[in-house]
Amino acid sequence: MSHSVELQAVGMSFGATRAVGDVNFTVNGGEFFSILGPSGCGKTTILRMIAGFLQPTEGRILIGGKDMQGLGPNQRPTAMIFQSLALFPLMPVWENIAFGLEARGASKAERRKKADELLKLIALEGYGDRMPGELSGGQRQRVAIARALAVEPQVLLLDEPLSALDLKLRQHMRAELRALQKRTGVTFIYITHDQSEALAMSDRIAVMSAGVLQQVGTPRELYDNPATPFVATFVGENNAIAGKVTTIADGIAAVETPLGSLRGRANGGIKAGDKVKLYVRPEALVSGGAGENVLTSTVDRIDFEGAFGLAYGRLQDGSQLIASIPSTDLANAPATGSQASFGFATQHAVVLPDG
Amino acid sequence: MSAADRIARWVFRFYMVAFFVYLFMPLVVMSAATFNTSRFPTVTPWQGTTLQWFSELWADAAMWQAVWTSVVVAFFVVIVSLPIGTAAALMLTSLHARARGLLYALMVSPLLTPGVVIGISTLVLWRQLNVGGGTFLIVVAQSSFIICYVMLMVAARLQRFDRTQEEAALGLGASKFMVFRRILLPYLKPSLIAAAFLAVLQSVENYNTTLFVRGFDTPLTVFIATKVRTGLTPAVNALALILITITVLGAVTYEILRRRNAAAAREAE
Amino acid sequence: MASLYQRFGGGLATIFIALVFLWLAGMVLAPNVMMIDYALRPNLPPAQIGGPNDVYSLDNILYLANEAVHRSIFFKTIWASAFVAFITFVVCYPLAFWLAQRATPGQTAIAILALTIPFWINEVLRTLAWYIILAFRGPLNAVLLNMGIIEAPVRWYGNIGVLAGMVYAYILFMLFPIYNSIESLDKSQIEAARDLGASTWRIHWRVVMPHAKAGIATGCVFTFMLAAGSYVAPALLGAPGSRWFTEVIYNWFFEGGDWNRGAAYALVLLVLCLVVVLATLKIARVSLTDVAK
Repeated sequence: MSHSVELQAVGMSFGATRAVGDVNFTVNGGEFFSILGPSGCGKTTILRMIAGFLQPTEGRILIGGKDMQGLGPNQRPTAMIFQSLALFPLMPVWENIAFGLEARGASKAERRKKADELLKLIALEGYGDRMPGELSGGQRQRVAIARALAVEPQVLLLDEPLSALDLKLRQHMRAELRALQKRTGVTFIYITHDQSEALAMSDRIAVMSAGVLQQVGTPRELYDNPATPFVATFVGENNAIAGKVTTIADGIAAVETPLGSLRGRANGGIKAGDKVKLYVRPEALVSGGAGENVLTSTVDRIDFEGAFGLAYGRLQDGSQLIASIPSTDLANAPATGSQASFGFATQHAVVLPDG
Repeated sequence: MSAADRIARWVFRFYMVAFFVYLFMPLVVMSAATFNTSRFPTVTPWQGTTLQWFSELWADAAMWQAVWTSVVVAFFVVIVSLPIGTAAALMLTSLHARARGLLYALMVSPLLTPGVVIGISTLVLWRQLNVGGGTFLIVVAQSSFIICYVMLMVAARLQRFDRTQEEAALGLGASKFMVFRRILLPYLKPSLIAAAFLAVLQSVENYNTTLFVRGFDTPLTVFIATKVRTGLTPAVNALALILITITVLGAVTYEILRRRNAAAAREAE
Repeated sequence: MASLYQRFGGGLATIFIALVFLWLAGMVLAPNVMMIDYALRPNLPPAQIGGPNDVYSLDNILYLANEAVHRSIFFKTIWASAFVAFITFVVCYPLAFWLAQRATPGQTAIAILALTIPFWINEVLRTLAWYIILAFRGPLNAVLLNMGIIEAPVRWYGNIGVLAGMVYAYILFMLFPIYNSIESLDKSQIEAARDLGASTWRIHWRVVMPHAKAGIATGCVFTFMLAAGSYVAPALLGAPGSRWFTEVIYNWFFEGGDWNRGAAYALVLLVLCLVVVLATLKIARVSLTDVAK
């Protein structure tokens, strides 16, 4: 089993600016763990602290249970894959891959052998003597991965390595990375700002915003049970309706809104009288109005997306509503310009503190 | 096209021809005088074509001694200025912007100092240490400003260096020394070769600084300038012709290297 | 310094700092400090050095101020160097403009290579070539006599000789900075000015030259500094009437045997050059970083 990574109250300040504060989470050994957030949220800072390029100004980082305080990047059982890949342009591919072994004093024959093994693993046999500049984007990607794996790291750190690729190749590489991680059993910590990438690949995800850890959970947990308004809106689409809690019973909150009384699961420690928002996913809305809660909306337009259609409407208070309608039901969808009612089950709505 | 435009065009053409005549005529005259039998180097009147000045040059032991002195000086100038210039460039690019200003001003100050002053100040300092003029002082004095050129050339290339390569190497377990040896030095190699080349040319061509610190040693430039006083013959022109040939070849090589670097740099980006 | 240690580790960083210190302290600062020390002390026989007469004074510098011949040579060197810079500018500007704005990339490449060739050949040989051309019985007089432009040979050595040789030697130091700065000028600015009815003169005076200010200042500063500090051109191409300040300095060292006075004169030259360089850069608002490109 690969090493776990544990962050205990980690914080990082650059001069007066605090980039990251009080972050706690544990990445289990052998897990594919993503850190998700918009640019500037501090996710890269966290990754660089784990790698040892930055020393945290508060808290501590444990890898495999061992405190990493004061250890440089070359003394940690981690390997990093950079956004720019940072392949060494003046070395042939095989020397790139075997660089970590060279640093460990391996003989040339040994290095070449290991490089060839890894080239086979990434399906680039026979490319060892090419220069990095002669490879395509996807090939360079794979060389960067092989270079990192060559040192047999316990933890592989990936800093948005797919962001430079086009959509098709990116989807292909996602699957490849995921398969590689399962095959090698190495702990992956993957940085991304792309929520669909994180949802598709990860065992668990940490969501960051403005240097603060918002929530850690499996993709399903984040999606179904967001703990903060940021997670509710950043991960997947959501409709938000503002209101005030009237009662809470059995974990269900009744919320008084300008659109009437609506009910949803109470989250985030709210209590009666709090200003809140009720979040309901587009796919939880059922056109025709069946369900425990009902919203009335105009239908401005319906965008056909293939597997489903997205109905864009306007609620009575003027805010936008998005409802997803399966393609098989599109024939029964309300006409554009008409008034329609959309119902949803209380279990499918989440109520979180506002602001 | 108006009359004024036509005149302007002709004026400009005349200027261009005059400019390039001005640029190359001295070299042509100097080279041509090598083949004139006249004892004083000239092309007018043409007294007859000869190759005798080459053989006279060949037999001139003092001249070859001067060439040797220049070669020795240039060699040591490269040995001294390459490491120091590289260290200075690395120091400059590793520093934060605030600290950089003053250091930079100090580092380029020898370029803004007249050559004779560099020679004089070096001479008086070393006299205090009982070291007189000679090959050693020529190397010291020349290096003090040739280092600037090396520093500027290396720094220019360093600015385009992607530092994540260093981080990647460290992350793979390399020591800082290995990062320097395997990543940074190979990256700097083209600029180091070009800088060495420039250092040799600067050293061999230098006169103003060398004149004051030469002591009893006579490098080539001093030798030629002295010849003007003590009896110039076309043997000096023969030497000049050889030097012109070498420097033209050198210039072309340098240009090819430079373009290849520029092309490589473009490719890397 | 901390960032240097962090980047290269203790061993390498220490070596780098030691090398740079050796250079800046040992080869740049110490010589200049010693030169100042020399300049401020009297020239004494060895027995009296460190004795009661060995005191700091401005005597050596005042000597220059009071000695009429040296003083006039000093001022002549200043204005003549400025004149050299001006003529070099006039000679180079049209070509720099053409290279930067009008020439095709191929033409530019060939022209620049052609320009660099004389530059690579050393300054003494370049000057020697002019020494041959300008000789009393040399090719220039012969050609002019043949064409009937002059009736008797002209003695070119002297002011004209020094000017021709120096302008020739420093062409590239003027041309390249100006070329670089004009190259960054957007062609459409010139077209816009022409479209608005500006004459060629006005376009250069109001659009091109202000844009190329940094390059022009850099070129002039370098040319002035090199001219003022030059020894070989006045020595070979000059005449008794065109003595240069560097020749006076040389004489103090190797003929007059008074190093202290020579150091004082060299110090005055250095200060002059630094003042001119820094003042010009300040007026043109050019930073030192731009100069060294």
